[in-house]
Amino acid sequence: MLEDAVQDLRGLPSGELARARSEVRVLVISGLGLNCEAETAEAFRMVGANAEMVHLLDLLDGESGHRLADYRIVTFVGGFAFGDHLGAGFVFANRIRWRLYDQLVELIERGGLALGICNGFQTMVRLGMVPGFDGDYRTPRATLAPNDRLGYWDSWVRLKADPDSPCVWTRGIDAIDLPTRHGEGKLLTESPEVLERLEKGHQVAVRYVDADGEPTQEWPANPNGSPGAVAGICDPTGRLFGLMPHPDAYLYPFHHPQWSRRRFQGDLPEEGAGLAIFRNGVDAAAAKG
Amino acid sequence: MIHRIEIAIRKGLPDPRGKHVAARVRDFLDIPITAVRTRDVYHLEADLSDDEVARVVGEFTDPVLNVGAAGRVDDGSFEIAITVAYKPGVADPVGKSARVAIQDTLGRTLGDEAAVYTSVMYLLDGVDRPEAERIAFELLANSVIQTARVVPFDEWKGSEPDLSIPKVAGGETPEVLNVDLMGTDDELLKISREGMLALSLQEMQTIRDHFIDVAEKEPRRRQAGLGSDPTDVELECLAQTWSEHCKHKIFNATIDYREQDGPVETLRSIFKTYIRGATEDVDSQVVEQGGRSWLVSVFHDNAGVVTFDDEIHLVYKVETHNSPSALDPYGGAITGIVGVNRDPFGTGRGADLLSNVWGYCFASPFYEGELPKGLLHPKRIRDGVHLGVIDGGNQSGIPYGRGWEIFDSRYLGKPLVFCGTVGSLPVTIDGSPGEEKYPRPGDAVVMVGGRIGADGIHGATFSSAALDESSPAQAVQIGDPITQKMMFDFLLEARRLGLYSAITDNGAGGLSSSVGEMAQTPGGARLDLEKAPLKYAGLAPWEIFLSEAQERMTLAVPPALVEDFLALAARREVEANVLGEFTDDGFLQVTFGEETVALLEMDFLHDGAPDLELRAHWVPPTFEEPADRPPDLNNTLLDLLARLNLCSNEKKARHYDHEVKSLSVIKPWVGVHADVPAEATVSLARHGSLRGFVLSEGINPYISDLDTWAMASTVLDEAVRRQLCAGARLDRIAALDNFCWPDPVRSETTPDGEYKLAQLVRACRGLHEVCVAYGVPLISGKDSMKNESTMGGVKISVPPTLLLSAIGQIDDVREALTLDPKQPGDVVYILGETGPHTGASEYFRYLGEREGRWPDLGQPAPYVGTHPPTVDTDKTVPLYSALHKAIRAGLLRSAATPNKGGLAVSLARCALAADLGLEIDLDGCPGVTDLDDDVALFSESNGRFVVTMASDRAEDFERQMEGTAWCRAGTVTQEPRLVIRRDGRPLVDADLDSLRTRFKEGLEHA
Repeated sequence: MLEDAVQDLRGLPSGELARARSEVRVLVISGLGLNCEAETAEAFRMVGANAEMVHLLDLLDGESGHRLADYRIVTFVGGFAFGDHLGAGFVFANRIRWRLYDQLVELIERGGLALGICNGFQTMVRLGMVPGFDGDYRTPRATLAPNDRLGYWDSWVRLKADPDSPCVWTRGIDAIDLPTRHGEGKLLTESPEVLERLEKGHQVAVRYVDADGEPTQEWPANPNGSPGAVAGICDPTGRLFGLMPHPDAYLYPFHHPQWSRRRFQGDLPEEGAGLAIFRNGVDAAAAKG
Repeated sequence: MIHRIEIAIRKGLPDPRGKHVAARVRDFLDIPITAVRTRDVYHLEADLSDDEVARVVGEFTDPVLNVGAAGRVDDGSFEIAITVAYKPGVADPVGKSARVAIQDTLGRTLGDEAAVYTSVMYLLDGVDRPEAERIAFELLANSVIQTARVVPFDEWKGSEPDLSIPKVAGGETPEVLNVDLMGTDDELLKISREGMLALSLQEMQTIRDHFIDVAEKEPRRRQAGLGSDPTDVELECLAQTWSEHCKHKIFNATIDYREQDGPVETLRSIFKTYIRGATEDVDSQVVEQGGRSWLVSVFHDNAGVVTFDDEIHLVYKVETHNSPSALDPYGGAITGIVGVNRDPFGTGRGADLLSNVWGYCFASPFYEGELPKGLLHPKRIRDGVHLGVIDGGNQSGIPYGRGWEIFDSRYLGKPLVFCGTVGSLPVTIDGSPGEEKYPRPGDAVVMVGGRIGADGIHGATFSSAALDESSPAQAVQIGDPITQKMMFDFLLEARRLGLYSAITDNGAGGLSSSVGEMAQTPGGARLDLEKAPLKYAGLAPWEIFLSEAQERMTLAVPPALVEDFLALAARREVEANVLGEFTDDGFLQVTFGEETVALLEMDFLHDGAPDLELRAHWVPPTFEEPADRPPDLNNTLLDLLARLNLCSNEKKARHYDHEVKSLSVIKPWVGVHADVPAEATVSLARHGSLRGFVLSEGINPYISDLDTWAMASTVLDEAVRRQLCAGARLDRIAALDNFCWPDPVRSETTPDGEYKLAQLVRACRGLHEVCVAYGVPLISGKDSMKNESTMGGVKISVPPTLLLSAIGQIDDVREALTLDPKQPGDVVYILGETGPHTGASEYFRYLGEREGRWPDLGQPAPYVGTHPPTVDTDKTVPLYSALHKAIRAGLLRSAATPNKGGLAVSLARCALAADLGLEIDLDGCPGVTDLDDDVALFSESNGRFVVTMASDRAEDFERQMEGTAWCRAGTVTQEPRLVIRRDGRPLVDADLDSLRTRFKEGLEHA
């Protein structure tokens, strides 16, 4: 079991654990209007992984020596690839589909992990990497539609993770505060059955919750009106995970909007809560070997 | 061949864009529309087979969200369709991305002639044709840049799908003309006016004489086939280089200044005397006191640069984009923000961009008075400007650090749109100081980024003129953040590889300005305009040279690196072209192919403009005091919180990203509910370091009505106080000055020019005085001098406006403070003296409105009153220093500073942010003894703070503050009420819910 392997890994002496993590090569794809590559790479580095930023065009032209197969984790970061013209993540996903997707599917099938944040989540959904039912990573079954309240909106939300989700990225996380920053984050599925199946399979790894910790449709706690308060989903293996909110924006304790209050109340956490997601992914990749 | 593709939202799914338009139609136009649905339309001008078109349709159609079709989507009826498309030549970034997507989908490149034109269809129900026409032209389309077609359903149904495209007709390259300047003075002025040159008679004469002179003396001119008349390229180049926008002629003029009946003082360049003078004085103070100068590069580059740490310097620039935003709010504003991004990027050898700031001066969005013909309604301007800067900043991946709005009816004439960008410049780039540019003779002149079109021609001269009915549409550009982002990403790689020796941006004046300026170092340049990539054919050489088409940088690339540079650009899908080379022969030589079209002496180009000589006369104005002041101060406070200048604009501001890059520490919105604006924001400058930069600003044009000296000192004081509240070091605050003035040159149309110029002089003096006292250098700035409009015979001038933007530093961001009190039981102190400073206060303007008194067009709002806030640096300097030490010692838990609305509004904000009550007693408050109750609460005196701390720190704090003005004013309470007492009487007693409701409602329905 992957979960046991992760526990074993975390039980290692700190030197060995650090070495195992540092051997996890993480690809952070950049370029073409993406803009969260630096902080996302920083997040992976902060949890000890070996993160590299590579321009998508360098992956496509094959001349630069960067090959997808060299990485354990592929990250699709936030941003505005091609300005989100024609729909969020559309032109970017299109280019990957026609020019890189076979390699990517191969990586997934060999046990690779993927994380998509915001624009990256939109890209993964467009490509069909998630939901990824029955090992089909090529058929899009959902979309991230415009928010019910039109336009980009930047505010912090609280998420609750499904403890029964196969998602390796959210293990051990109960609730987490993160910022959402998007205009198209409402997850619509091809049919009601798809959402049902996502929920049944615990693929809805994170949901927007209200002050009482209950999933909510109310704005602004649910910033886009996503049915079922869906904030992020994984594939059935739990290795591929995409979400709208930004774990890459909560790296330090003082990223939280109320950190200054917590400082004087004496309950400032030691690290930014977003790091747990990156650490989970890296450990799952390291445990797999 | 033209192919049409329509993409609609699937039936049964919501169409938020349509819903949003419907709401605006109801709110803004008062038309009870029942429904709006929308479709995206793409016109592909390309040779595609039917099968290829079908593949593109399939690819463009999100299977969950959309239905798409070649030709038309057929899904039911509607009453009227409005199609909004761009006019020919207007940038269409979505079309550009669609072209990329089509190539990816088809797996082949389309020819150069292929293009995609986008438009949006709005399908309306519940309106008649005249209403639809209003919706089309008053809400959806801006006729400056767009067309709108209104078609009823039957007509639509009965016709073939529209296949028209807004293609630029193009044609042959027009001839270069020689301009005959041998005529009369009137003829010279006519040439200047009709050519939009904005050159004065004296300047026209200087140019004429120069060319007569060089035709005789300079054999190169004859060899190049040029005579004693300048070519249109030369005249246009001189006009733009000498424009007020680029040359700051007023700031450099010789001014005879007089106060009332006093003696005349002759001031030679108020820029050198007061602005640069302040910076030099501050710098020498630092050095005299044994410190090290921390100014790296000030005034001469595209942005100011100061020392930050061992690895990076901080770079900061704020610009305005007022006139374009008045004509096309969205396009003008997005160009403003992506344009100012290029300033830090073009500073030294290129800075990384960290943070944007924005600030707007508008007329009220609720304005119901007379609107001179030709001006857009301020609500439309506000919505468009916000959306433009939102899109520009978000799509560029740059968070905003500061954002504000203020309102005055005089901004009907011209809205002021301030946009700024902070960058970080590596201390060392490729082995040499990052702030240095070293273009050498022989280096290639390379233009990178977008292509050249007719967009933005005469932007520099246009912004140096007042708006009137003939203001040109072509002066408007639309920024394309994605093209720029791809260019920046490429250039950062090129910077890392050391592939260029100098970089600057193409802003006002385009190539003529960027090449002209960069050529000053090597001593000349030669470039061939025929090599410049064009969006379409038919541009005259002078148009190519002056075009302000966006997203372009000009670089100097050493010959040995040109190949690598171009190869990297190609790999990154960024356009880059060698246009010529730098020389050292003292000339800017421009050719079109073989033909020389301009040969300008560098010295004349940059130093040939005659100095202006102007007169300024200061007479203190008098204004009315309110006679009747209300007894109910509690309700007055509630009313003040809802005023446009004081209420929350969160509803707009949260559309802007404020945390991309994950460097933000004190965000723009603070407090328990993150719904109160921070006094200042704090950000890291890079990951892996705890050192931060602090952003704040001061703006208060209302005080200009009484005295610009007081205005300028107030805005600097405000910016510094805000810095201090966040915990910034006092010895590392730098500032930018952005002056937006009404025309201060006396003329037939500006009879009060001498007074307005005196206002400028006094503002500079006030700024100089406080900068030197506070040790705040001015590191960059901008002036904009024609902020008025004359439409339909009505002249509306903006009030003299100075935005002071401060950038400070904090050694450890974990010590930064916010304004919200933290714990019940903490003690509250009020620091600094309150005085009778109700002149130009928000309170007095409120009193005027309360009496139903509205200003006449172009006049200040009553009541202006008499006593503006002033700055007594003998008192503020020791106070600020003591407070800073207390903050460094960790004594404080919160710090706020009263500004507009005074002490009461500041206390209300503190309570709202904390979601806790405050019990305040004003009795011991410094200065209030002789003040009336309302003045004590709402006076806008400078130099004051509201701070809180744990009670066990109070003793240390009081010792620390010895010798300054302070009082222990009360406590933080659990009960959510703001209570302010005097002599035991409650002046204010309000629960937080009602305070919050009023604070949030002011702009809620704007």
